[in-house]
Amino acid sequence: MTLAIDVSGLNKSFGGRRVVKDVALKIEQGHITGFLGPNGSGKTTTLRMLCGLLTPDSGKGTVLGLDFPSEAEAIKRQTGYMTQRFSLYEDLTIEENLAFIARVYSLDRVSSRVDQALDKLGLHDRRKQLAGQLSGGWKQRLALAAATLHEPRLLLLDEPTAGVDPQARRDFWDEIHALSDTGITVLVSTHYMDEAERCHDIAYIFNGDLIARGTAAELINQSRLVTYEAEGPRADRLARDLGGKPGIEMVSPFGPALHVSGTDRGALEKAIEPFRRQPWQWVEVEPSLEDVFIHLMHAQGSNRLGEAA
Amino acid sequence: MMGLSLSRILAVLAKEFTQLVRDRLTYAMIIGIPVLQLLLFGYAINTDPKHLPTAVLVQDQGDFSRSVIASLRNSQYFDIVASVGTPAELNRLIERGSVQFAITIPGDFTRKVVRGENPQLLVEADASDPAATGPAVSALNMLPQYALRHDLKGPLAPSGTARKPFEVVVQDRYNPENVTAYNIVPGLVATILTMTLVMMTALAMTREVERGTMETLLATPLRPIEVMVGKLTPFVLVGVVQATLIIGMARILFGVPMAGGWPALILGLFLFIVGSLALGFLVSTVARNQLQAMQMSFFYFLPSILLSGFLFPFRGMPQWAQWLGSLLPVTYMLRVVRGAMLKGVGIAGSFQSLAALTLFMLIVASLAVRAYRTTLD
Repeated sequence: MTLAIDVSGLNKSFGGRRVVKDVALKIEQGHITGFLGPNGSGKTTTLRMLCGLLTPDSGKGTVLGLDFPSEAEAIKRQTGYMTQRFSLYEDLTIEENLAFIARVYSLDRVSSRVDQALDKLGLHDRRKQLAGQLSGGWKQRLALAAATLHEPRLLLLDEPTAGVDPQARRDFWDEIHALSDTGITVLVSTHYMDEAERCHDIAYIFNGDLIARGTAAELINQSRLVTYEAEGPRADRLARDLGGKPGIEMVSPFGPALHVSGTDRGALEKAIEPFRRQPWQWVEVEPSLEDVFIHLMHAQGSNRLGEAA
Repeated sequence: MMGLSLSRILAVLAKEFTQLVRDRLTYAMIIGIPVLQLLLFGYAINTDPKHLPTAVLVQDQGDFSRSVIASLRNSQYFDIVASVGTPAELNRLIERGSVQFAITIPGDFTRKVVRGENPQLLVEADASDPAATGPAVSALNMLPQYALRHDLKGPLAPSGTARKPFEVVVQDRYNPENVTAYNIVPGLVATILTMTLVMMTALAMTREVERGTMETLLATPLRPIEVMVGKLTPFVLVGVVQATLIIGMARILFGVPMAGGWPALILGLFLFIVGSLALGFLVSTVARNQLQAMQMSFFYFLPSILLSGFLFPFRGMPQWAQWLGSLLPVTYMLRVVRGAMLKGVGIAGSFQSLAALTLFMLIVASLAVRAYRTTLD
């Protein structure tokens, strides 16, 4: 197994607030790793440190076999980074943007590379259009094309599909998988569970701590979470009655149904016993990734409180 | 439904106040600009400049020349900063702008006064800025009546009361017709370039930050110096076009003479353009958005216009204001461009100003490169 990213002890503070705390991250070459966690948990900061946009306070290791962070410049050259916000020039055309990127990476055959990228994007006819006029989905595809123009071995994508429609998201992920098939390693942050499920493995960060790591199935198993699903008319309204009962750690709506979870099977079953009647049907289900993440968040949050007290 | 609601107005009002108080730079502008203007206009600007540096060439051996010099001093308009031995030296001082006036007291001055031969006192004035010399020249007209009134007593007393013991001949050099435009228009080259170039680069960089494209730039292997050179070069061209336009119009529309200081002018313009652009670049590394960049540039423009000698005579300002003005590159550019166009001063003659501009450019450019962050830290 070759590791594309192998860093440890990664720390970063802004104005005295620790945003990333002792993060250790190993990512296998060619894998697509989903980077999950609530807003403000340190995902963007970690990605920016990995691609040399931010200087870590501490941390060492290797990225693409290069020393991190001392060889940040060399890492930059082999890394494609896609920002959360569209960060190409809206007042340049699609073609001009791609050509600019190709030149600042000192690539050869600029025009043929740009042509190729335009063909792949299917934007050849619109290449004279200003990038600012593209729709959100197209902008993201253009940004991905720009980030991969210099044939990086590592792709860091920061919430690439935020605010993009479902079809465009699906197309985007098809492209990510196609890139991964060519051996590119991808670290992609997202809030979407369906996207998390399409990743080979997942890293979950909360409050700057990397608290869970593994495939989706592993994370579900590790959580040792037991989940019951209640279905029936207005099942979601049960939430108010169930919430806070001993044994019930988490109640979350799942479509029109309700997911009730806890780590102690006995206590959980006892707690839902009074509600196992008409008109609701209860069935044990495998917890969803979302259940696991919310559980992780709560567990970590209450640990925190415990530490503080 | 169509009525005005006081509570809605109050909501907007409260929001505006909160935002105003949080925006420190705007705050600084609200307070800073009026205070700065008041201080500069009130204390620094003086349209009746006194203590103008004057060089004298005394060829006379007599006592009366000493009395003349003493009364020049007493008028407060003239500070005798140099006493030279030859007309050539005198000429060099006024050409370089080291002195505003060059006064020659001819040989036999005393003797001729005693004999009632009405000798001439030659005053050469650097009239490239008519506002600076005007009041002093008026004071000169009074000189013959008073200068020797203690010396010429008894038998030496002038025969007629109206008769003056000597004559003052004022020779305006460089701008003999005292055309204000000859002074202002070349000065515009410096001030217009300051206003446009500093702001242009300041905005160009902050725009990248504001639009988020800075992140793309930083993620690429681009080096700070590459970004700076690439960003500034197009604006050097803009500066050259502007300078050519202003100088061309100055010649065609206002008939401003070009006395022939091309080498100094071109070198000065180049240094000044690059320096101003680098300053804009420096501003943009500090400013967080385009508005802040504009505000910061404005704080630079104000003293550049008021303290540089562009609108008001530099030598008319009090010492502290002259000292502040000496820190501004515009001050030196004004001297270079006026010297070159009105006096034909070359590189050697403008050496001091050109050196100051070089220093400014180097300091600002190296600060800008150092301040440019290659990361988002």
